[in-house]
Amino acid sequence: MMNIAEDSIYREIILEHYKNPSNKGTLDPADFTYEDVNPLCGDEIRIDVRITDDRVSEIRFSGRGCAVSQASASILTEMVEGMSLDAVKSLGRDELLEEIGIPVSPARMKCAMLGLKVLKAGVYGIDHANAAVDDD
Amino acid sequence: MAIDTTTYFPVDVTEVAELLDGARIRTDFPVLNQEPRPGKRRLAFLDSAASSQKPRVVIDALTAYYEHYNANIHRGVYDLSELATLRYEESRKAIATFINAASARECIFVRNTTEAINLVAHSWGRTNIEAGDLIVFTTMEHHSNIVPWQLIADEKGARLGHVRITPDGRLDQGHYAALLGREPKLVAFTHVSNSLGTVNPVKEMVALAHAAGAVTVVDAAQSVPHMAVDVQDLECDFLAFSGHKMLGPMGAGVLYGKKRLLDAMPPFLGGGSMIRKVTLGATTWADVPAKFEAGTPAVGDAIVLSVAADYLSRLGMERVWRHEQDLIGYALERIREVPGLKVIGPQDACDRSGVLSFAFDEIHPHDVAAILNEDSVAVRAGHHCTQPLMAALDVVATTRASFYVYNDEHDVDRLIESLHRVVEVFR
Repeated sequence: MMNIAEDSIYREIILEHYKNPSNKGTLDPADFTYEDVNPLCGDEIRIDVRITDDRVSEIRFSGRGCAVSQASASILTEMVEGMSLDAVKSLGRDELLEEIGIPVSPARMKCAMLGLKVLKAGVYGIDHANAAVDDD
Repeated sequence: MAIDTTTYFPVDVTEVAELLDGARIRTDFPVLNQEPRPGKRRLAFLDSAASSQKPRVVIDALTAYYEHYNANIHRGVYDLSELATLRYEESRKAIATFINAASARECIFVRNTTEAINLVAHSWGRTNIEAGDLIVFTTMEHHSNIVPWQLIADEKGARLGHVRITPDGRLDQGHYAALLGREPKLVAFTHVSNSLGTVNPVKEMVALAHAAGAVTVVDAAQSVPHMAVDVQDLECDFLAFSGHKMLGPMGAGVLYGKKRLLDAMPPFLGGGSMIRKVTLGATTWADVPAKFEAGTPAVGDAIVLSVAADYLSRLGMERVWRHEQDLIGYALERIREVPGLKVIGPQDACDRSGVLSFAFDEIHPHDVAAILNEDSVAVRAGHHCTQPLMAALDVVATTRASFYVYNDEHDVDRLIESLHRVVEVFR
C-alpha cells in the first residue's frame, strides 16, 4: 500500500531527516539561542549557535512539531554549518526550498520556514527579522 | 403592484427513506460531484464541522437572488426592494420555525456564531455585568465563546469561572453545579463540542443556571446543523449558530434571544436601519430585531439560509441526527483498527455527534491531515480554536474528521484506509 504520490512532501528526504535529524540537541553555552512557534501547527523550534570567527561553528536545534518543520530545521542546520554570519543573514527561503528539493504547498510554507525564521532572528539578535522568509 | 411571491426553490430532495443515503444526497452537492484530478479519487469531505458544502438548491437560490431581486432592503419603494425585503423577513420566519422560536422577532441575522456571541457580550454584557460579577464558561468552548467574555470581564472587572472537563471530554457536572453555587451572572456553554463531538445536556444545564439566577448563552454552531433544536424546549436565553455550517451561504448566521431580554438591551452596532429617530444630539432605537441589524445585512445570504433550513427539514433533522450517529458509531469501531491511534474525547457514540478527533503519539496531526489530503480525504488538524481544551486534555493538537448528510460508510472506509497509509509512511 506504500504509494507515495509524486507531489507528496513525505518523501525520503523529509522522512529521513524527521526520523534521524542532524544536529538535534542544545548547546551550553551557546553564543545565541532563539526559539519561536508556528501557531498554525503548534510547531516549536529552538536553535542554539556557537560562533567562531564570524562563522557558525556549531549549531543544534530542538523542538517538536510536524515532520515538515522538524525535517527542514535539520536540513537547515546542515546547510549553515561553517557558513559566515553575513551569508546566514542573506540566506533566502528559495535556497532552503531548493535543498528540501520537493514542492512545499503554501499551507505548509510556515512549517518549512520556521527553522530559518528562528535562525535569522537569532543572527540578527532581534525578535522579528523574518521579512526575508515571510511567505505572506 | 405585482410581486412574485411564489417560492423559487426547485428542491430535489423528494422521497426520503427511513435512513438517509449519503451517496444519493451527495449528488445534490456540486463540489462533491466534481471530476477528480487525474490520478486522484473522489473527494471524501470530512470537514463539515468547519464549514459544510452547499447543495444545488442553495447555490441556485443565491444566484436567483442576485439575478432577479437583488436590492437593498427596507424603505425601497420599488418592486425589487419590496421583494428582497419580503424574502428577507420570510427567511427570518422560516429560521424561527426551524428552531421553534416563539417569534421571528427573536431571530437576529448576524454574520456568524462569533458575531452573535459578541453581540450578547457587548449589548447584554455591557449593561448587566458589573465589577466582581462572575461569568462562567467551560473548558471545551470554541475561542468564540471564550474571548468575548474575557474582553467584557477585563472591561468591567468581572471574574471568570471555567467548568472543568472529565478525561473522556465531557463536562464535569459536579464542578458546574459548584460554580453555579457562586451565583454567576451569565453562563455560556456549547451545545456540541466542535473538537470532540461531546453533546452537552443543554436543557438540564439551562434549568440549573436559571435556578441559580444566571442568564444562559448556548453556542449551537455544531448542533443546529445536525439535530432538531427547539429553543423553547431548551429554554435558553440566547442561542447562536452559523448558516455556513448548515448548508447555507458563508455570510449569514443567527442570534436567537428571548424577546424580553432583547427589548431591554442597547444596540450592538450603531448606524442605518437600527434607528427610530435620529437627531444630531440623540437617537432612539428601532424595535427588535432591526435594533441589532445596523447597516446593510448579507441580504442574499440571509434569504438563502432558509433554503438550507428547508433542505434539512425535508431530510428531517431526526434522520440527519440518526445518520450521523450511524456514521460515528461505525467510525469509532473501525478507527480502533489503526495501530497507535487514540480517539480524543468520548469513546462511545452515546451523547456524541459526528465529530471524531484523534491523535497518534508519534505523528503530528498536520502530517496526518496532509497525507490524508494526498488520498483526497479532507480533514482538519490543529487546535480547532479550542486551545484551553487541548491543554486540559494534554494534547498539542488533534486531527478531526466530521460527518454530515452527504457522507456515508465509504467515506469512513476511505479515512481508515488512508490512516493505515499514514502509519506506513511513518513506520
